[in-house]
Amino acid sequence: MNLLVIIGEALRALKLNRLRTGLTMLGMIIGVAAVVLMLSIGQGAQININNTIASMGSHLLIVVPGATSSGGLRFGSGSVRTLTISDAQAVAELPSIEATAPVISGIAQLSYSANNWSTSITGVTPDYFSVSNWELADGSIFADADLRSAIRVAVLGSVTAENLFGNEDPIGKTFRISNKPFLVVGILAVKGQSLSGRDQDDNVFVPITTAQRQILGNQFPGSINHMLVQAKSSDTLDEAEAEITQLLRQRHRIADKMENDFTVRNLTALATVASTTAKVMAWMLGSIASISLLVGGIGIMNIMLVSVTERTREIGIRMAIGASYRIILMQFLLEALVICILGGLIGVALGIGGAWMVSQSTDMPIVVTFNMIGLAFIFVTAIGIFFGFYPARKAAALKPVDALRYE
Amino acid sequence: MSVVNQPAPNPILIQIDRLCKSYELTDRSGELISQPVLFDISLTINQGEFIAIMGHSGSGKSTLMNILGCLDTPTSGNYWLSGRNVATMNSNELAHVRNQNIGFVFQSFNLLKRMTALENIAIPLLYAGIGRKESLKRSQAMLDLIGLGKYRDHLPNQLSGGQQQRVAISRALINQPQLLLADEPTGNLDTQTSHDIMTLFTQLNRNQGITIVLITHEEDIATHAQRLIRLKDGRIVQNEVKLSN
Repeated sequence: MNLLVIIGEALRALKLNRLRTGLTMLGMIIGVAAVVLMLSIGQGAQININNTIASMGSHLLIVVPGATSSGGLRFGSGSVRTLTISDAQAVAELPSIEATAPVISGIAQLSYSANNWSTSITGVTPDYFSVSNWELADGSIFADADLRSAIRVAVLGSVTAENLFGNEDPIGKTFRISNKPFLVVGILAVKGQSLSGRDQDDNVFVPITTAQRQILGNQFPGSINHMLVQAKSSDTLDEAEAEITQLLRQRHRIADKMENDFTVRNLTALATVASTTAKVMAWMLGSIASISLLVGGIGIMNIMLVSVTERTREIGIRMAIGASYRIILMQFLLEALVICILGGLIGVALGIGGAWMVSQSTDMPIVVTFNMIGLAFIFVTAIGIFFGFYPARKAAALKPVDALRYE
Repeated sequence: MSVVNQPAPNPILIQIDRLCKSYELTDRSGELISQPVLFDISLTINQGEFIAIMGHSGSGKSTLMNILGCLDTPTSGNYWLSGRNVATMNSNELAHVRNQNIGFVFQSFNLLKRMTALENIAIPLLYAGIGRKESLKRSQAMLDLIGLGKYRDHLPNQLSGGQQQRVAISRALINQPQLLLADEPTGNLDTQTSHDIMTLFTQLNRNQGITIVLITHEEDIATHAQRLIRLKDGRIVQNEVKLSN
C-alpha cells in the first residue's frame, strides 16, 4: 500500500478526534517551542559574552593599585594611587609584555554650544586603543608627540559624540571639558557594554598627560588609576603576571613579608569563566526544555495505546480484508509521527516567534540557527518513532481473530 | 470414451484433514486448561460449491469459519487452500491470501464506520497495492453494479442494513476471490432483505463460479446452498449434497 495513502488515512483518523489530537500535539508544541527558545536564548547569551570578550582585547592583564597598609591601618584597593606612568613604562620593557597602557580616569562636565553632558574622561596613551581593541569610526587618534606636549585633543566615544554634537560632525570642532577647549580629532566605533554592564561608548579619551595636568590633576603627579598590560601571547599570561609582580614589588620596595600594594587581574580568565557559565546555562535550559518534549512523547504513547485499544475491532476488520503486519504498523506509527511533526512545525514557529519577542523586549541578540531547528526536528521525529513504535507494534501483532471478536 | 463424457470433477479448493482446535484457558486456580472446540474435522470443498454450515451456538462453526478464512490457526491437523498448506505461510502471506483469495461477509457487516461506502470497498484494492485513483474507479463500478452507485459518499450508519451488507459483499468481492466466507450474513436483516442477499449469493455462485461457504442457523437460508454440513459439539454430524434446489 502506498505510503501517501497511509498518511492520508492517518490524517483522517487524527482529524476525527480533533480535541484529543490537539491536546496530544500541544505537548509536542510546548516542548519544541521551549527547546528552540531556550537554545536561541542560550546561543544569544554566548554570542553576547564572546563579543564583550573580543571587545576587551586579547591576552590582557589589568594592574590596579592594591590595598596598602600604613601603621596598622589598612586601606582598600585603589584608595591610594601607588601606580605611576613610569611603572607602566618599566612593565612595558619586560620580555613577555607586548605593550602597556596606563590609564587615569575621572568625571568631568562637557559642553558644546547649548549642549552639556557629564561623562567619564579617560587619559590614555596611543597604545591604549590597540591594546583594548578600539576601532576608529572617523578621524584619527592622537600621537606620541601630542602626549609629550599635553595638547588639548580628544577622541570621543560614539554615545558621547551623539549626546554632545547631535547630528553635527564633531571632527575638527572644539568643545569644552571643565571649561577648557578641546579639539575633537577622532570618533570611536560602537563597542557596547562591558562585562560589568557599563556603556563603554560613553567616554572621552584625551592624552594621559593632558588629563593629568589639566583636568583630573591631583597631588601625586604621574600617578595612574590602573594600567592595561598586553602579554605577547595568551600562553605567557601567567609568566607575565609573575614578572609584573616581581618588578613592581621591587620598584615599590615591598619587604618580603609585606602584601603587594597592587593587584594583577587576568581579565581573559574572568571572561572565559563567564563564557563557560553561559554555555552551561544554555545546555541546562535546553535539557529542561527537552524534558517537556519527553513528557509530550509519553503523552503521545499514552494516547496511541488508548487509540489502539479503541480501534481493536477496526484493526481486526482491516486484517480480515488483507492488511499485513507492515500496513497496520505503518498506519499507527504514522499517526504518532504526524502528531509529532505537525506539533514540531507549530512549535518551531512559536519558538522563533518567542525568540523574536525576547530579542525585541531585551537588548540581547537572539540567534535561531538552522542547526537548532534541524535538531528539534530530528528530536521530534525520534520521539514519534520511539513512542509510536510500541503501540503500533501492539496493534500490528494482534491476532486477526482476537481483534475481530473484540467488543 | 465413457470417461471423456463424464464432467471432469472440479479442482479441490479446500482440503482439511483431521483438524482440531482447542482454546487454552486459565481457570481460577491459575492452571492452564484446554477447551476443545473442533474434533478431527476432515472436509473437502471443490471450487464452485455453495455450502451451508449449520449448528447450534457453541458447535464450533464460527471457529471452523475463522480457520478456513486464515484468521485463526488450527491446534493440529492440516489445511490446504488451493493446494498450499496454510500452516507453512507466514503472517504476510496469510494477509495476502485474505486479501486476494478470500472475501469475508459478517453478520454485523463490519464496515469501517468513518469511511464512505466507496472508500470501504476500495480498501482491499489499496492493500493490494493499487493506486488510490484506480481503486476508487473500480469501487465505483462495483457500487454501480449492485445498484448503490448514488450512495457512494454515504457513511455506513447512513445506510440501511441491507445496503450495508451489499456494500460489505462488494468489498469482499472487489479483488475477485475464489472463496467467499459468510458468517450469518442475514442474521441482522429482515426476511425480504435476507432473501435478496441470498439471491445475490446464488447468482454469484452460479454466474461467476465463486465458492461460497455460509454459516447460518436458519434452515430456510441453508436451502439456498448445494451442500449442507451440520456441526454438533465440534464434530461433523451431517454432510450431504442436495440433488437440486
